[in-house]
Amino acid sequence: MNSSNSFQPGASPVGISRTRSDRLNEWLDRHSQTFFIAPAVVLLLVFAIFPTFYSIVFALSRVKFTANGLRFRFVWFDNFLAQFSGNEQAHFLGRLTNISVLGWVFFAAVTAATLYWLYKSFRNGASVVGLIGRFISAAMAIFIAFLLGATLLSGNPWGTLMTTMFYVVVGCTVQFLIGTALAFLCSQPISGKNFFRVLFFIPLMITPLGVGYAFKMVLDITKGPLQPLWDAIGLQNWAWSTDAWAARWFVILGDSWQWIPFIFIVMLAALENVSRDQVEAAEVDGASNVQIFREITWPQIMPVAVTVILIRMIEAFKIVDLPNIMTSGGPGIATESMTLHSYFLWRANDMGSSAAVAYLLLILTVVVCSSFFNYIVLGQLRKAK
Amino acid sequence: MSDLSLKLEKSDRSLLQRLFEAPAIGKMSLTSKLLSYSVLWFWAIFVIFPIYWVVITAFKDAAAVNQGPFYIPFVDFQPNLNAWRVHLSDPYCDAYAIGRQLILLVYNTFAFIVSPVVSLQAMEPQICKTYLAFTNSVVIGAAATVLCVSIGSMAAYALARVQYKPKFGNILVFVLLALGTIVATSYAGIPWYFSTAVGLVLFFLLARALGKRFTSTLGNGDILFWIISQRILPPIVVIIPIYMMFQAVGLLDTHLALVIVYAVANLPIVVWLMHDFFVGLPIELEESAQLDGASRFGIFWDIVLPLTRPGLAATTLLTLILNWNEYLFAVFLSTSKSQTMPIMVAAKNAGEKGILWWEMCAIIVIMIIPVILMAILLQRFIARGVLLGAVKG
Repeated sequence: MNSSNSFQPGASPVGISRTRSDRLNEWLDRHSQTFFIAPAVVLLLVFAIFPTFYSIVFALSRVKFTANGLRFRFVWFDNFLAQFSGNEQAHFLGRLTNISVLGWVFFAAVTAATLYWLYKSFRNGASVVGLIGRFISAAMAIFIAFLLGATLLSGNPWGTLMTTMFYVVVGCTVQFLIGTALAFLCSQPISGKNFFRVLFFIPLMITPLGVGYAFKMVLDITKGPLQPLWDAIGLQNWAWSTDAWAARWFVILGDSWQWIPFIFIVMLAALENVSRDQVEAAEVDGASNVQIFREITWPQIMPVAVTVILIRMIEAFKIVDLPNIMTSGGPGIATESMTLHSYFLWRANDMGSSAAVAYLLLILTVVVCSSFFNYIVLGQLRKAK
Repeated sequence: MSDLSLKLEKSDRSLLQRLFEAPAIGKMSLTSKLLSYSVLWFWAIFVIFPIYWVVITAFKDAAAVNQGPFYIPFVDFQPNLNAWRVHLSDPYCDAYAIGRQLILLVYNTFAFIVSPVVSLQAMEPQICKTYLAFTNSVVIGAAATVLCVSIGSMAAYALARVQYKPKFGNILVFVLLALGTIVATSYAGIPWYFSTAVGLVLFFLLARALGKRFTSTLGNGDILFWIISQRILPPIVVIIPIYMMFQAVGLLDTHLALVIVYAVANLPIVVWLMHDFFVGLPIELEESAQLDGASRFGIFWDIVLPLTRPGLAATTLLTLILNWNEYLFAVFLSTSKSQTMPIMVAAKNAGEKGILWWEMCAIIVIMIIPVILMAILLQRFIARGVLLGAVKG
């Protein structure tokens, strides 16, 4: 890549003897800053940012198929409002009638706590941008608390929003706890470490589609390998796919099988990075294992732990393959995630509503993930420094 | 320490504490060893069992699947190759068909590129479904990985070494013009190529003009955050517009469409992982190479990339696996010619006879084998904490 005459002492950079390819090379080198980053930025602009904007047009329109392609009719926020009220409300939010006392109490308690938190950060003098962010986070928290109180705590069926949140919150919690526990065991002085490490890592790499079908097969009541077990506990006539809670938990089971390896592998690396000197010094001083874990190990792995949860959360919001394959979103809509909801609407040719649900998922994901990032991950990272 | 003090200490402790007491520092007590191993082995069985079940189901026939669970081949049931024969007995299921398919891909890509100038008759595929899906998955996965890793690592390197100052005003102009273009195209019915061209011309004119007025800029950190944050975007948000875009340019059900989309979907991960490796490199080598007159691209290719080989390998493997497994984009963007393996798996669910488990499992096994090999390779990189650095930063 060296242009040949740049080595000659005293030669002017604009020499007459330069060939055309030399000049091209020089021009490329001068603009190399642009050429290095432009492809990535252009690809993202064209295939991520532009479609995201384009999606707004879909979400704000009634879309019709005509012979000349699509016909858009602007309908303001009708597609969004339809998800929050009217006959689509039960599908997206759940049934919100007959809210129980417990539901109201829970909602009031969370609202009060959130408002107090807002008030406190206002008193502590947060910046304007910070206050707006906190306000959005608080609104989302109160909204989700209301849904939780109105559906789960009042015995009403859920909508797809709550199901998605269930997969995210419960899935992440279960996966983090088991993954970290396994990583902790593997970081102990045991033999066969490498074997376990490789084996535990494998499920992450298997296509989610294959995981879905494998679990559908394994959990089959009549032909699956667990059939003797179902017989023994008298559940041979029980179809878990018709039980909302069982179906949800089995989706979580498949999801955990796939994603615990991710938490495991990162947490294992973090645990092995904990300084041995401190741990051994504590052991010599007679500290118990629990004390060592709480006082030395945990503070050191905490920043990695919250980051890995954040990454897992971001991916968890996109869950679609497992519920689609294991239960097709059923029974009813009990296991339908928001991505699946949007996909079903697209299949029914309701492009506007499909885009609106997808957009609501985007808003939910961004608000929840950035709240988690701002108030938990950043705090831990700062503490670590 | 004398024997006496040790004894005293021991009698102080409860039975539970003594059970878990390590015999020496850096060792484990027998009880905790037993507990650890039983938990680890339990989890190992939990991990292996679904995979084992898929593998043996691929060697069952309809009867062995439907007449209740059979666990051990040769003992419970007689394994056979029926499921595999179904996939491989179609016409054009041989090495020649795969070779012809690869030539077809090159030729058809060439035909597409020159199509504005010369119209060449595209070759028709002549290959059985299984081999078609397999070749498609390999070609699309490999091409998307190469595209994604090269573009992503270049961007990551530049972000680690060059100071960029994108102007805030230009970004605003771009957003407004993009929105204007979309609205004009969808509501006013202006052809997309016309509105896009006008939008681009206006952008360059306005960017020049406004660039001198508004000088507030963003930094590298903002660009990096912007790229990585694209991972938050749920694919379902962009998939319908992307479908429409490819439809408009006639790229639906082509390999190129999937290659581009897969590359974009994994770009944030590549940039994020590679940026971390590049930041960790000592800058002195590059500076001395620059003094010797090497071009920036030369430095990147000859010096920087070889230094980050382990990270590059890990990132490539990870991207390859993600591309190999991708399903949602493939469902939307491919119908027949560019079908990938996951679509083939799902197709076994569509018949009237219910799910043909044995046939499906055979395809899943074909999908799993290369991935497990790659996972073992990848694991060695990740064990060295390759992911950890990126997660920490």
